[in-house]
Amino acid sequence: MNWFLTETQQMIKETAREIAQKVIKPAAIEFDEKNEFPWDIQKVIADAGLFGVYVSEEYGGMLGPDDGMGIMNLVIATEELSKACGGISLCLAATALGTIPIILMGSEEQKKKYLPDLASGKKIAAFGLTEAGAGSDAGSIQTTAKRDGDHYILNGTKQWITNGEVAETYSIVAMTDKKKGARGASAFIVEKGTPGFSFGKKEDKMGIRASSTYELVFEDCRVPAANMLGKEGMGFLTAMRTFDMSRPGVAAQALGIAGGALDDAVAYARTREQFGKPIVSNQGLRFLLADMSIRVETARAMVYAVARSIDSGDHKCSKESAIAKTYASDIAMQVTTDAVQVFGGYGYMKEYPMEKRMRDAKITQIYEGTNQIQRDVIGLQLVKEAASGE
Amino acid sequence: MTIVVCIKQVPNTGNVKINPETKTLMREGVVSIINPFDCYALEEGVRLKERFGGKVIVVSMGPPQAEAALREAISLGADEAVLVSDRAFAGSDTLATSYTLATTIKKLGVVDIIICGKQAVDGDTAQVGPGIAVHLGYPQITFVRKIEKIENATIVAERMTEEGYDVVEAQMPVVISVVKEINQPRIASLKGKMNAKKATVPVMTAEAIGADRARLGLDGSPTWVAEVFAPPARGGGRRLEGAPAEMAAELVKELKALQVL
Repeated sequence: MNWFLTETQQMIKETAREIAQKVIKPAAIEFDEKNEFPWDIQKVIADAGLFGVYVSEEYGGMLGPDDGMGIMNLVIATEELSKACGGISLCLAATALGTIPIILMGSEEQKKKYLPDLASGKKIAAFGLTEAGAGSDAGSIQTTAKRDGDHYILNGTKQWITNGEVAETYSIVAMTDKKKGARGASAFIVEKGTPGFSFGKKEDKMGIRASSTYELVFEDCRVPAANMLGKEGMGFLTAMRTFDMSRPGVAAQALGIAGGALDDAVAYARTREQFGKPIVSNQGLRFLLADMSIRVETARAMVYAVARSIDSGDHKCSKESAIAKTYASDIAMQVTTDAVQVFGGYGYMKEYPMEKRMRDAKITQIYEGTNQIQRDVIGLQLVKEAASGE
Repeated sequence: MTIVVCIKQVPNTGNVKINPETKTLMREGVVSIINPFDCYALEEGVRLKERFGGKVIVVSMGPPQAEAALREAISLGADEAVLVSDRAFAGSDTLATSYTLATTIKKLGVVDIIICGKQAVDGDTAQVGPGIAVHLGYPQITFVRKIEKIENATIVAERMTEEGYDVVEAQMPVVISVVKEINQPRIASLKGKMNAKKATVPVMTAEAIGADRARLGLDGSPTWVAEVFAPPARGGGRRLEGAPAEMAAELVKELKALQVL
């Protein structure tokens, strides 16, 4: 099928696919088992230039003036890398999540200081919003930032932060005025090594185990006021605008996990013989594969459509962005479960990559807004549209 | 440092068929790639450039479609590419090919090191690299598995042998041929691919390189291929079983019967 990729996007796809198949696939099971971040593979992805696909040329990336926000570029890279491992691929999408706040809200000075190293992949970024008591209810975060002269003093603990510990540049949301609720939140760039900023517990997860997930601990951490993104009180807005742009990335991760599972399931069904013939010669099994393919292709159509809409400058696609994330992650869970079924007993064994895909897929229904929160966004938006006569 | 890497475009191995009538490779529908050993040569050249500065010029003698291999080499880090192409080169054996490449390299000006893959996977001769060294009058180190150091126009390299390795020192300019143990070739970067797309690949003809026509192509090739065939598949053989002493006795008996012993 012709997906009308630009020449650059075609290059991104080929490059990401080569890395996925040659470098990531052979190592995926090992890093999953070890629960370890793959630094060597991260370097290959960085050297190939994939961290720069959504950053403008001006700041060391490869995004030209007519390429929009580069979300479609990011989607294509993430999808291809995720076909081989949804955990290893996550470093790129999570770096984008930590970088987009700087792209959206950063001053010229902040952009010049931070974007080039993030675009080259020399440094990794992370985004810190979630806390123990503030997941879906992001407005109830407890981390505070108190102004003190030229600095803000941060106190609190962020939880389940992807790229935690491996990242050098963190976009952190903290309350500058608790009385104002969501409007009292502000966003800051915090550098690794800032006194008072340390790492807590390393999480032992069900899936995406090659991805680093840590607690971030702030104890009287002095962050220069110049590191504030936008103005005081814009933290929550920054987070929401970031999520609208980053959701297609998570959707692409889910899409890639599903697509990789389908590819392997088809290949396996052609070679696995039972009753003296390949199992794919059974119509019942072909129907299963067909349903998996229908889900993958429809998810791809939705994810690409939203990414392109964002790239075209559409700022009103929260609903569609939520649909893409919800749908792609739900089908990823279904498709990987079915792929395990195609592999039968081998699918259930850790020696083969299928059970891992099921574990990796699960998180995509949970993070960056659970699919229940996404449905809430979609439903509320429907009501809003109907009420305003759109 | 000016580094020249010689590459050859070859059919992707594994699916090569020979036309029994014409005794030539059937190239229709076969994907062409850079000779895999040349990829290690290119990677080593690019690494030398990254260490010492300078540039990597990649050279290929071949038909016009070999330009694709040269562009791929640019995506993998080469700075410039030269295609040496002319009807006059058709039918070249390893002597004529190495003469043509050496003549081209002379035309490029001052060169510090010339790197080749140990051999091409289609011809398997391993003669072109050494041939270039002889035509240019440069020292050569073949089957290099590691460049230990380059200092004061002297190179020290480990040369792989069947028993182990030799450490060889040579004056530069030098020609080396490399084995796959030397490095792990990189994956082409997005920037590299964009450079490859934009690059111009000049074509040098027999006249442009100032070659002696008598030494080119069929006329310049003392060897010719009498016959090309796929070797017959090996027979099943016979497996000896039993105690080692019994098997040894049986083996000696068989070998005597075949008059090998």
